[in-house]
Amino acid sequence: MRLANTSVAVSDERAHTAQSLSGDAYATFIHDLYVEFLIMDSHHSYSQVKGVSTGTTILAVKFNGGVIIGSDSRASMGESYVSSKTINKLIQVHDRIFCCIAGSLADAQAVTKMAKFQLSFHSIQMESPPLVKAAASIMRELCYNNKEELQAGFITAGWDRKKGPQIYVVSLGGMLLSQPYTIGGSGSTYIYGYVDAKFKPDMSLEEATQFSTNALALAMGRDNVSGGVVHLVVITEAEVKHVVVPGNKLPKFHDE
Amino acid sequence: MFISQNFEMDSFSQNPEFTIHSFFTFLDTTIMAVEFEGGVVIGADSRTTTGAYIANRVTDKLTPIHERIFCCRSGSAADTQAIADAVTYQLGFHSIELDEAPLVQTAASLFREMCYRYREELMAGIIVAGWDPRRGGQVYTVPVGGMMTRQPVSVGGSGSSYIYGYVDSNYRAGMSKEECLKFTAEALTLAMERDGSSGGVVRLAVISEQGVERQVILGNQLPKFSTV
Repeated sequence: MRLANTSVAVSDERAHTAQSLSGDAYATFIHDLYVEFLIMDSHHSYSQVKGVSTGTTILAVKFNGGVIIGSDSRASMGESYVSSKTINKLIQVHDRIFCCIAGSLADAQAVTKMAKFQLSFHSIQMESPPLVKAAASIMRELCYNNKEELQAGFITAGWDRKKGPQIYVVSLGGMLLSQPYTIGGSGSTYIYGYVDAKFKPDMSLEEATQFSTNALALAMGRDNVSGGVVHLVVITEAEVKHVVVPGNKLPKFHDE
Repeated sequence: MFISQNFEMDSFSQNPEFTIHSFFTFLDTTIMAVEFEGGVVIGADSRTTTGAYIANRVTDKLTPIHERIFCCRSGSAADTQAIADAVTYQLGFHSIELDEAPLVQTAASLFREMCYRYREELMAGIIVAGWDPRRGGQVYTVPVGGMMTRQPVSVGGSGSSYIYGYVDSNYRAGMSKEECLKFTAEALTLAMERDGSSGGVVRLAVISEQGVERQVILGNQLPKFSTV
């Protein structure tokens, strides 16, 4: 049984040595390379993002009367350099529609800029505020049609007159899905259990805020590429409120 | 310069071409151990996978090392079985020499010795937990690479990533035995829901001065959460 080819980058001298080997010596060489690769690979996270990525935790949750969309504030290059401690990953694409991004920052900014433009044009033509689904669909079109080049996923959340509060997820390949709550980014792996256990439909604003803050704090506590402050945006029919929870005000858990 | 090769796990000594089956067959489980006053509660899922096939859906990953010392195994099934057998032998011998029950720390140290010495060849993440008269209930974790550390609560395996947040927020020091059992069962259930390599039944064991009590929670009896 064979899987697809695996390519491993080696230095020129090493490759040169390999060319002069044969039979058992070559087999040993390949085996050593394989073991090295395994060990090297086990240190990497299994995310497929390359280049400058946000390495992040994002979430959105529906509550009674609105949605909360939230994220951490760290941008990283590789796994060891924090290129920004205070980046805001919550991007407003219309009055009551926000987006948050996970993956390559450059791709995400390009897509959201395009989506913002198309959405405002659409809303002028329709002479009414756009639907959240329209915003999400625009993102999905961009992601799906450019899936080879792009490496970014989005959570779109907001409020509109037709269906009230909604959350849509556009994943890496361009799938669009509506969910009552969703998490994303590298830090989200650590909080799947927590959000599955703690989410209840129709929470109040206070419960939902506590839920989001706790979830983000837990993820930031375990994921080294998420951190900084917690940004929350509360979107309801009446208003859009941006809440920032600084590091020292985050909830603490048993081992802190 | 790039070298391209196909890798194959078996018969590589005869065949210079190799095929990698999948890096994700390792660490295919969820295991957990919690200390409480008077003992420890350990738990694991029951799935063993080879690629996408579930080789055993009722595996017992809670392996006795001594009368009141168990280990929870994650990683390569072959590696962990071999290590556990070796440590069981060494610990049994040591306990006869000592003429008393061995310490949990001794068992954990033996695991660590082996996992660190052969770290290049092995792929094993082990949680050692038990009770001894000197220090009561203890949990030691020996992850891939061969570090050893004592923790009041420890999770391991591929499914553990998903429950770090849940465990961090729900663990409190000084829980009773029943609370620990409920906490472990819930955490393992949440991990099994999200991790493709974990599933089946939940196996639990309580180790204390009185001995070992084992239980199994079947699929339809697992705790339910309001995930829509």
